[in-house]
Amino acid sequence: MTVLAARGIRKSYGGCEVVAGLDLELARGECYGLLGPNGAGKTTTLRMLLGLVRPDAGDISLLGFPVPQAARQGRMRVGVVPQVDNLDPDFTVRENLVVYGRYFGLRERDVAARIPALLDFAALQARADSRIEELSGGMKRRLVLARALVNDPELIFMDEPTTGLDPQARHQMWEKLRVLLRQGRTILLTTHFMDEAERLCDRLKVIDHGRSLAEGSPAALIAEHIEPEVVEVYGEGVAEWLEAEGRALAVRAELHGETAFCYLRDAGAAVASLRTRPELRFMHRRANLEDVFLKLTGREMRE
Amino acid sequence: MTGLSGAWVAVWRRNFLVWRKLAGESIVGNIIEPLLYLLGFGFGFGAMLPDVDGVRYIAYLAGGIICYSTMLAASFEALYSGFSRMHVQRTWEGILNAPVSLEDVVFAEWIWAASKSVLSAIAVVLVAIALGLGHSWTMVLIAPVAFLIGLTFSGLGLIMTALAKSYDFFMYWFSLVLTPMMLFSGVFYPLANMPPWLQALANALPLAHSIALGRPLLLGRWPDAPLVHIAVLAAYAFAGYWVALVLLRRRLTT
Repeated sequence: MTVLAARGIRKSYGGCEVVAGLDLELARGECYGLLGPNGAGKTTTLRMLLGLVRPDAGDISLLGFPVPQAARQGRMRVGVVPQVDNLDPDFTVRENLVVYGRYFGLRERDVAARIPALLDFAALQARADSRIEELSGGMKRRLVLARALVNDPELIFMDEPTTGLDPQARHQMWEKLRVLLRQGRTILLTTHFMDEAERLCDRLKVIDHGRSLAEGSPAALIAEHIEPEVVEVYGEGVAEWLEAEGRALAVRAELHGETAFCYLRDAGAAVASLRTRPELRFMHRRANLEDVFLKLTGREMRE
Repeated sequence: MTGLSGAWVAVWRRNFLVWRKLAGESIVGNIIEPLLYLLGFGFGFGAMLPDVDGVRYIAYLAGGIICYSTMLAASFEALYSGFSRMHVQRTWEGILNAPVSLEDVVFAEWIWAASKSVLSAIAVVLVAIALGLGHSWTMVLIAPVAFLIGLTFSGLGLIMTALAKSYDFFMYWFSLVLTPMMLFSGVFYPLANMPPWLQALANALPLAHSIALGRPLLLGRWPDAPLVHIAVLAAYAFAGYWVALVLLRRRLTT
């Protein structure tokens, strides 16, 4: 069953097309990733899907409601974890949940009944009466997540939910997201972290310049676009090694600055060659989503 | 996507809950400045002056000060606090992700700033009573008048908020609009003392109409032509709200 569908959505600002005809379809219970470099159109897409920005063209259906016309009804069963924490600094942890529940027109009693479970989920039981400024970054993120669950949403939008968190807090967030998926909720996730997308997403779409570049499961995208093994080589003389031996051993090879990226079906020969060159450092690894992402969107910096 | 709904009440309550937590500071802040004006000018100047409009100068001044401080309270809320919630704390962004429209949020801010200015007006009226400056039941009507004054200046203030890039922008509003209005709208002396062109200018601006309603009520009199003053304030209030909404739609939803 389709939870969220968009067809041919477009949005231009001042003659510049930020979203240029995007299709999207989320099935119930899946975690769907929207990946792209800065300025690729992710945030604008999310805002259009929520009915906060009117698309220039295209159709959107949010939990069966046409957007933007009936976005308000759609958002009744949607939770949003924004990119930047926008908790109410004047309120305690508990008050943040109570006040947010009111925006959904929920009865005070019903929200009050849900709060212990939400605090429990966010591991903030002991912090219910703390002020927001007393919380760590990870706690704030978990509270934002708990706040997004106050209306028991079927679909959750997560805009870079782990940006700025330390590894412990990131792993804890991922655990929370897995619990939500097990409960049958659907997640739309944007992220800059390819390992995060690879871990969590059932399917994902890579976009750039407002267009879709590829869609599929992480494993399928890696298999389709990248050779199974990668050797990264660094150090003085890397260019010389690449021309003398590397290129011949790899299916594809690229030199970026002081680093050579070799994509191979079997890295055995390349690794053997590098062992004879102690001046070069190298890393042999499996191909991952980041390789796909960089291949599709390029390596130039985006500001 | 658009349209006002009952959800605005939840947004109003959010602001009220914050105010309740900080009510002490807020009320003291609202009372101190008017109290200083009353004590300083009222007693200081008042001692040298004959009765104005048939009452002691300090009593005359009190009605103007109440309206002026109501204007300030609504303006501060719509400008500084509104800008904090819209831009700095991103409170609106969080609210708009719920089933709440921009109309709900802006309407709630408009009503809230006016509500807060009523609370401030009541506090200043109580100070005036404590100083023995008001005795009549007509003072009760200052509350609805303060609400209208609040709607006027909160509506106009939200336009500035919609246009602001930072807090610094609000200095223009205070030093080029509100302060001159305070000096030339009859807070401190009768408007009739001013040259005719300045009177005409003042009568085109909302503070003079606020004072025309508020001052007599404190003195136990009935305002002259109350409907005209109410109509002018309401026109400013609704025009301000409407322009602010159009600008905020452009700023936040395109």
